[in-house]
Amino acid sequence: MSALMTRVLRHAAAIPVFAALSLAAWGADGGAILQQQCASCHNLTGPAPQTLQALWSRKGPDLFYAGNKYREAWLVSWLQQPKPIRPVGEFYGDHIKPGPKGDEVDAVTLKAHPALGQGEATAVAAALMKLKAHDDLIAREKIEAGALSKSMGEMVFDKFLGCMACHRIEPDYGGLSGPELYTAGERLQAQFIASYIRSPQAWDPKIWMPNKHVSDANIQKLVRYRELLSKENAHEK
Amino acid sequence: MRNNRMVLLAVLAAVAGASSAAETAADNYKTYCVQCHGSQGNGKGVNIRDMSVQPRDHTDAKAMSGRTDDELFKVIKEGGLSIDKSVLMPPWGDTLSDGEIRDMVQHLRGLCKCRYGS
Repeated sequence: MSALMTRVLRHAAAIPVFAALSLAAWGADGGAILQQQCASCHNLTGPAPQTLQALWSRKGPDLFYAGNKYREAWLVSWLQQPKPIRPVGEFYGDHIKPGPKGDEVDAVTLKAHPALGQGEATAVAAALMKLKAHDDLIAREKIEAGALSKSMGEMVFDKFLGCMACHRIEPDYGGLSGPELYTAGERLQAQFIASYIRSPQAWDPKIWMPNKHVSDANIQKLVRYRELLSKENAHEK
Repeated sequence: MRNNRMVLLAVLAAVAGASSAAETAADNYKTYCVQCHGSQGNGKGVNIRDMSVQPRDHTDAKAMSGRTDDELFKVIKEGGLSIDKSVLMPPWGDTLSDGEIRDMVQHLRGLCKCRYGS
């Protein structure tokens, strides 16, 4: 067999292997996976809970506006290696217990999120990005470029607004009943976080995050602070 | 005809009212207050470790009897800064109705087993 023929045959044999790998990576039906594996814990259709009973029964974040909330690259990465974002889970009241110094996280009640393979994660993230409820709220937010020091961001977040009562700004510093802030920059879209701070109730009427009537200027600062923290956190990994 | 229309409006109003029925103060407390004031109402919530100002112990009759019902209503609705207290106590006016806040004030009186000035 000539050298040329050998090379042709080798390439031809490689094509089905490549095609099979591609199918495994890209052939997954994200919408079907969402329905089959995610819908039992996540609301894919809305609306958000309208009563406390409905709020308490929620097992994971609502996803019917995921395409307006998350960054797709973060979804792809997190779905393959999921780590807790809410230290006390959801609903937080189901995952605390009285301790000697006060309420503690009842860690044994927290369940790990299932991990997906790369192909599934990519497909599910793409399907989630199509879930775009509340476009109207997103359209109202204009994110302005600007500089902010970390110390000023922390001043606004902690001293002026008291957000640290419920959110962590470092892996072991801050409150626990809300999602951690230090990964929010890579996790969330800027317009979403601006809109959610402006009115958590517009997105989730019964949520245990209050509307603090944050000024436009401070919303912009909080958006920048969140990005600063995420860059620092990524750098330290 | 006019009477029928009035009856229909009354029925619709009743249905609308039922769909946005107030939650009980105990349920609202469990959802919004416990995260800082604790499941026992003693100010020892799961969030408190790194707080610069510790939450009020709602079972402390001496401290709670120093506040009028109107002050408690105001601090729940408008937040700690409205009565010159900590920013860490947020305003709940966009979460709870005025009626729910009034019910919450009475719930707090039950926790402290106290009244203003007593």
